Parts: sequence; structure tokens; C-alpha cells
Amino acid sequence: MRIRRAGDAALLVETADPHRLDAAVRAASLPGVVDVVPGERTVLITTTGDPDRLAERVAALTPPPRTAADAPPVEIPVIYDGADLAEVADLTGRTAAEVAAQHAAAEYTVAYLGFSPGFGYLTGLPDDLRVPRRPTPRTSVPAGAVAIAGPYTAVYPSSSPGGWRLLGRTDTRLWDVDRDPPSLLSPGTRVRFVREDA
Amino acid sequence: MSEPEARAARWTEERREPATRATREARGTQRAVGERAAQCGLVVVRAGPLATVQDLGRAGLAHLGVPGSGAADVPALRLANRLAGNPEGAAGLELTFGGAALRPERGVWAVVTGAPAPVAVDGRQQGMNAPFRVPAGATLEVGAPVRGVRTYVAVRGGLTPDAVLGSRSADLLSGLGPRPLAAGDVVPLGPADGLDPIAVDLAPVPPLPETPELRVRPGPRDDWFDGDALATLTGGNYTVTDASNRVGVRLDGPVLARARDGELPSEGMVTGALQVPPDGLPILFLADHPTTGGYPVLAVVAAADVPLAAQLRPGQNVRFRALR
Repeated sequence: MRIRRAGDAALLVETADPHRLDAAVRAASLPGVVDVVPGERTVLITTTGDPDRLAERVAALTPPPRTAADAPPVEIPVIYDGADLAEVADLTGRTAAEVAAQHAAAEYTVAYLGFSPGFGYLTGLPDDLRVPRRPTPRTSVPAGAVAIAGPYTAVYPSSSPGGWRLLGRTDTRLWDVDRDPPSLLSPGTRVRFVREDA
Repeated sequence: MSEPEARAARWTEERREPATRATREARGTQRAVGERAAQCGLVVVRAGPLATVQDLGRAGLAHLGVPGSGAADVPALRLANRLAGNPEGAAGLELTFGGAALRPERGVWAVVTGAPAPVAVDGRQQGMNAPFRVPAGATLEVGAPVRGVRTYVAVRGGLTPDAVLGSRSADLLSGLGPRPLAAGDVVPLGPADGLDPIAVDLAPVPPLPETPELRVRPGPRDDWFDGDALATLTGGNYTVTDASNRVGVRLDGPVLARARDGELPSEGMVTGALQVPPDGLPILFLADHPTTGGYPVLAVVAAADVPLAAQLRPGQNVRFRALR
């Protein structure tokens, strides 16, 4: 673990297990902590207090026994009829049905959220399904679109521009401001996609 | 184009809906902001280039991808609220380049702070940083600021459009909260009874500097840059470009060279961060910045200087000075 300063009100902690550190910081209810934001290999902690003092407390934390990763996976039903499914099949040298089957067979973990509220970057995509982003992003991708890019898969929680390759769609609501929590996914949540017929 | 770049393309215009404004005016109808009919509201006669409702934002949800949002110049909003006798976190208006005309449906006390601009009630001049009365049906006009960008209007009782995730702030990156205001909108007003009395006539406020010098703390990713990148940042003159908005101030000036290629694994971003995309020109993150990003942050502007950054105008020069 290495603790870096990010300005005069935050720490950026490098760690091999951001989700466990995230859980430890949350469980400790440290005074002055405002936001705890896992990244791929970091946890950002913003504070209203003294960051040096916070750094001492963070360094002394013991990880809790359970985290979001220990909970059963969230199941998201998907209809695999995405606009880029055929192209992904071409790029990966398999049939569209094989791409869908492989995507639905893997188990994923939300590494972190970003890009838009409720947008989780899910790791666990089979290496064979790694494809680059589209050369030109779409100006609008509908909410519920299930997509892949690089090492990640994601579900667009709301309509937005986007450059990922669309494999399918789900009716599951990833983001609802009237729900608590508003996001279906949080850092560390495990996810399975369940293949459905159109 | 990466996802952050796709977002960046969106930043360049803060979303407006000019077509619907004309339609509403033609019909002579008014729209209650927050889809709720207000008993008493603030009628937007003219919104100016960009008028949004802002409070202190949505802290604590960044791990779900929710930007902090809130007033870009927080001390200016807090001051306006204190002078109006409101709680400091009450929602007010953030005007970008002024140009607004507002008509309260009931008599109110109002306060204008932030970027100094001409203020008048039914043509009669009023001062900044001082409470004044706006009679029911009178028109409060805020002209274009002579310095700075963002002028704040607090009304005693606060603005009360529906809160989203605990805040009434318009987040222009994610679209949370009330939309930017348009002519014909009616923003609900909160009750003025039970508030602190209006106790101060005028607050002394230092003028905005012509060329601000913002203090920066190096890191967290200064090791991704050439050894002299920090000296380049602090020794050079940067100019604010017109692609700047509530997400960030985009700067033109000496290029900050990287020592490493490749992509940084995405990590959490703070307000005030100087994020450096591959072109080497820094973006200074403001209230609506994305919660995570994959470009390295060379240095972070001191929290106390972020309000100065929020008042930078396109074309204005800015300098940086390293802390420690």
C-alpha cells in the first residue's frame, strides 16, 4: 500500500485490493471522510479534515472479513441482439451465438464506477472477447445497452454517447434516483449475465 | 476515442434547450421547474447564456459515478445565503456571464455575489454583496460581469425545485438535477419565515485578481511527467480557452511533457485536479468533473484557490505556484 496526496483535501491510496480497502475505510467510519472512490488499483479518499492524520489512520486499518465481493452475484438478463454483435463475431473469429454464449458464461466483478452515474466497469471478460472501442463513438447509446471494450464489459445505465461495442440489452434498471442506493452496482459487486431469448 | 474523450466532446457545450423556450413563449405558458406547480416562484424572464440552480452538491456518491456538482464558486454562494439569512447550503442561481432577468411572484430579499455585474430592480441600481428588496412582480436584472464568470443570486427562503439525491444542483456532466433554466421557467421559492434575520448590510469582498496565481500541490501523478513539467507549469503563462465549463477550465500554454507512455489505470479525481491528456495541455477540474479518469494528474489546485479558478474567463491568463 502506498499513500499519495491528491491536493490538500484527499489521499490517493495505491493498493492491490481496492475493494477490501474501500470496505475497511467505510467500516471504520473515519472522521471527516467525504468520498471513498475505488479505481482500478487505487482508492481515493476525500476529507474535510487533516489528510496527514487520515493517512496515519488509513495505514493502520485492518480489512473487514466480508466485502461486496463475498455477496452472491447480481443476475442481469440480457437479450443478445446488439448492433455490434456481428462485428464483434468477425473481430474475434467466432459466431454471434458463440460470442453471446461466452459473454454470458463468464462471471464479472465491478472494478469501479465512472463515466456516468451507475456505469460500472466490469472485469472478468474472457480474453478472447477483447475488442477495441469503436473508431467513432455513437452520439447516443440507449439505457440498458450491454457492451464491451478492451478488458471490460458494462451496461449503460442511462442514455449517453458511447464508443463501446453493443452486444445486447437488458430491461434491468441499473440506475434509479428514486431507489436507495440509486445504483444497482457498486465497487466489488459480482455480476452474471443471463442469456434470454428476444 | 476513449470514454473520457467521448465525455470531453460533451463538455464543449453545456446543454441548452432553445427550441422549447420559443415554444413556451408562443403558448404563453410557464413551466414549473422540478415538475411541481409552485405556489410562489421566481419567474425566469431571461436566463442569459447559462443559468442553473446550485447548492452545495452531492458529496458522498462519487463511488457510484455521481459528480460532486454544486456551486462552482462555493464561497460566493455561501456568502449570498448568509447575507439573505438562509442556511449556507440553500439553493440559489448560478449565472454564467450574467444576462438574466428574474421576477419573483412574492416580495423577496435577494443578494447577488460572485463575479461583479450590474444589478438593478425595475431599472434602479443595486449593489453586490448586499441584501436588497425585490417587490412582488418587479424585475431583478443582472447584467454581464465586468470580471469573472459566475454570479450568484440568493433569494431569502432559497430556491426549492425537487432535490435529486439530496441536492438541487444542476449537474451538467451527468444531467442530474434541474435542467439549465430557460425563459418562462418558474423556480419554486421556499418559505422565508423562521430564518435568521438579515443582519449585515454589506459584506466586504476582495476584487477578483486580473491574473490569478493559483497555488498547487504536486501529484498525485507527478512521476508520470518529465522532471521539469512542474517547473513548466509554474513558470509559464496559461490562457483559459472557451471550451471551459462547469466540468473544467481548459488551458492553453506550455505543453506538459510525459515521462511515461500508456494509459494510467483509471482512478478517482478531485476538484482542482490538473489532469493532463495526451496533448499535454492541462484541464483544471471544477464542480461537475467526472468521478474517475485515466489521464495523470500533475498537480492539484489548493482548495482555497478553486473558487478563483471557477471565475476564470476565456482569454484570461492564469499562473500557478507550487506549495511546499
